[in-house]
Amino acid sequence: MKKTFGGPSIFLDRGDINTDEIIPAKYLTEVTKEALKPYCLEDLSLDGFDPKGEKLANARVIVTRDNFGCGSSREHAPWVFEVNDIHTVIAESYARIFRQNMFNCGMLAIELPKEQIDKLFALEQGSGDVDIAINLAEQEIVARGNGIEESCRFEISPFDKALVEAGGWVEYADARY
Amino acid sequence: MGQTTAEKIFAAHLRDEPFQGTKVLDIDRVLCHEITTPVAIADLEWRGKDRVFDASKIKAVIDHVTPAKDSKTALQAKILRDWARRHEIKDFFDVGRNGVCHAIFPEKGYIRPGFTAIMGDSHTCTHGAFGAFAAGVGTTDLEVGILKGVCAFREPKTIRVNLNGKLPGGVYAKDVILFVIGQLGVNGATDRVIEFHGPVVETMSMDARMTLCNMAIEAGGTCGICQPDMVTVEYLWPFIGEEYASKAEALADFQNWVADTDAGYDKVLDFDVSALEPQVTYGFKPDCVKSAKEMAGTKVDQVYIGTCTNGRIEDLRQAAAVLKGRTVADSVRGIVSPATPKIFQEALAEGLIQIFMDAGFCVTNPTCGACLGMSNGVLAEGEVCAATSNRNFSGRMGKGGMVHLMSPSTAAATAITGVITDARSF
Repeated sequence: MKKTFGGPSIFLDRGDINTDEIIPAKYLTEVTKEALKPYCLEDLSLDGFDPKGEKLANARVIVTRDNFGCGSSREHAPWVFEVNDIHTVIAESYARIFRQNMFNCGMLAIELPKEQIDKLFALEQGSGDVDIAINLAEQEIVARGNGIEESCRFEISPFDKALVEAGGWVEYADARY
Repeated sequence: MGQTTAEKIFAAHLRDEPFQGTKVLDIDRVLCHEITTPVAIADLEWRGKDRVFDASKIKAVIDHVTPAKDSKTALQAKILRDWARRHEIKDFFDVGRNGVCHAIFPEKGYIRPGFTAIMGDSHTCTHGAFGAFAAGVGTTDLEVGILKGVCAFREPKTIRVNLNGKLPGGVYAKDVILFVIGQLGVNGATDRVIEFHGPVVETMSMDARMTLCNMAIEAGGTCGICQPDMVTVEYLWPFIGEEYASKAEALADFQNWVADTDAGYDKVLDFDVSALEPQVTYGFKPDCVKSAKEMAGTKVDQVYIGTCTNGRIEDLRQAAAVLKGRTVADSVRGIVSPATPKIFQEALAEGLIQIFMDAGFCVTNPTCGACLGMSNGVLAEGEVCAATSNRNFSGRMGKGGMVHLMSPSTAAATAITGVITDARSF
């Protein structure tokens, strides 16, 4: 199923956030995606971040630093975002498997240069509330916060874009192979 | 320009290139376990596509929590078991015959030079030790692998790591890979294959090569790859004896996958390991590495020997050599988990299990168990574990717990003293 992208954002200001922090291994005994819903980012300890807080509950976009999603191959990491209506992550870089899992689920793992990520973090510093709109066709994001607007283009490989447009890798592969 | 091993395997398995730089490969081995496969099975059922592309190329094992610890893990095992039966997947390993996936599948001879393999498990990179391209993938990639026998990858770039010199006594493949990760950093090999070369790798056994490749992912690498040689042939000979007239013929065939001397690398790193010391991690990332001497005296509550990194027979021999005639410190709980039933039986026959038990170790059945904090040795808050595993993330072996990664030899010495100890000091 095709996803919608963009909305209120939560900022996670640390590199190397790993899949154990996104969804601890003890919840891997669940056999449905929906069952993961209450445990999003449960083991992430970060100043000012509350996994049970309103900010995460309202978030539709995660903005973060480098090597996001490192560690395990567990697709439970993108799934816990998916069932919490977070379909977009914007980061400086990703671990390969996590990035592919996002696109395979028809979701967006957008990569931006550090300077651009810094600008997004600066918007959040001012107001705390940043709304990010995503235009996939134009490969552009527009972030609004504190009365300021930041926009930039992003790169996405044609294959990853095709996966998002198809709704995921199963749909894409099933139609083609 | 010549080709790297990964480039040769990609060229030989290319099914499609839907866009420049995206390679869809035919997959020789789709490997499955009970944690990441059940959701793929459920999704295939929901789509009305409960089929498998080739039951002979799919291998499955229950390994993460086994025997089941509760109703949920029993259900996961049941879903995998029922599915394997339904599709007549002959190579399925259940309680009593099961072991840690990255130990049991190579042990059965399923991985060959030049093969492609995927699994819903990040440490699938282990199988590159055979000169194969093996990558950890998510459940959706696994699902498409099961259904269609294909997987998409970006064009691989390769980092060549030359391991030169000669490893000193008491220093092992685990120390080498911890050192290399310390040099590369946790994302130093992201979207890269790490190709291991040099005299140090050439003299390593397949067990040691698997330890080396197992942790490629901890530097972000897609796969660790060793060059197939006579060591590879000897290991696989019981399974390939009928396919080749002689070992020399098998070797000649395997060498088709050896990287060309003029292959193009993203980066070439040279390390002389002749003066390398036993390595131990100190923080919550696998690239936080110091020597065992620098870490000496750090108190631990538990010592865990096993896992897909270091649960093979040579690892148990290393640990037992240190433990023989000694006992575990009163303050320490020692746990050893041979990675497969075959390894367990070999350890029994060699008297290693006796040594572990005399030393005061708890010997568990083959399972991933405590490595990811699921069963058989989960830590309490504030506890510290010396482990031969591959990942020291915060809370990895239990919320609030701390993990120090090290070789079986260092772990055994640490069990005896109760504090991190360089085994060479005994």
